[in-house]
Amino acid sequence: MTLADYRKIRPEDTESVEAGHEAGGHAHPGALEYVQIGVVLAVITAIEVGLYYINDLSHTLLVVLLMALSALKFSLVVLWFMHLKFDNLLFSRLFVGGLLLALTIFVVALSTLHGQLV
Amino acid sequence: MENAVVSGHHLETSTGLDNRKLLMWVFLASECLFFGSLIAAYLLYRDRSVVGPYPDDVFDIPFTSVSAFVLLMSSVSMVLALASIQRGDRRGLQVWLFTTAMLGVLFISGQAYEFTEFHHEGLTLDRNLFGTTFFVLTGFHGAHVTVGVLVLLSLFAMTLQGKITQAESLHIELAGLYWHFVDIVWIVIFTLIYLIQP
Repeated sequence: MTLADYRKIRPEDTESVEAGHEAGGHAHPGALEYVQIGVVLAVITAIEVGLYYINDLSHTLLVVLLMALSALKFSLVVLWFMHLKFDNLLFSRLFVGGLLLALTIFVVALSTLHGQLV
Repeated sequence: MENAVVSGHHLETSTGLDNRKLLMWVFLASECLFFGSLIAAYLLYRDRSVVGPYPDDVFDIPFTSVSAFVLLMSSVSMVLALASIQRGDRRGLQVWLFTTAMLGVLFISGQAYEFTEFHHEGLTLDRNLFGTTFFVLTGFHGAHVTVGVLVLLSLFAMTLQGKITQAESLHIELAGLYWHFVDIVWIVIFTLIYLIQP
């Protein structure tokens, strides 16, 4: 895929740019949807803190749950607030590329130097 | 360039996208590597301190939870600022930009308080490996938040002077991307560093 192909990667990009939206053209969600996502983020954070204080939970289960909730919060912010869900695919590929590279370095560093994630 | 956007045509770039936004995403991708390395360093060394204090001795989870909540809510106000200017509501932009900046200041103040408390507990940058990696990681994050607050206040001043219009909403969008990135870094730090203890 060439850079020029990203011009037509998403049909909605063309539509929204033609409608007069900003560069990287896309139709963003409305304020109500942003507030709803904010409420969801706050609830997830409350659940995370609640899980931290549950003594009966096994450590492994706690780690899995906390990491899953953290990944969910991360995804919500990136997809909706940073608009990757609606933006041109090139932005997603750039960011995910950096993220995967960072995760690779993270895993390699921890495994070769005998670090412990949990 | 701005005129091309407003008139509804692709920009005159090889991708049809604004290069400033493209550059911001490349920068944020590089920041993933930066913070990924710092978090890996923390996880490698936090258990290798030969003297205290240790994480369990100093972490105040309720306090940090409130800080995390404040930063999350600042992301909401930031995206509301963008939504305001995109529909031409300059008053809304001013209100939400200022709210975001103030929430950022509140977060930084909380971090300053936390660092001071840790110092009183005997944890310093050169006390042990936990202290070194913790302060470097969270200090760099705090520096990023501080830069973000300065950018937001600058944009707020520009909106008061009428220098940011609906056609220039990209300025707000770029600042928002940076701000949300700082938020997602804290989402990771809050879970991996504070909530998940060995």
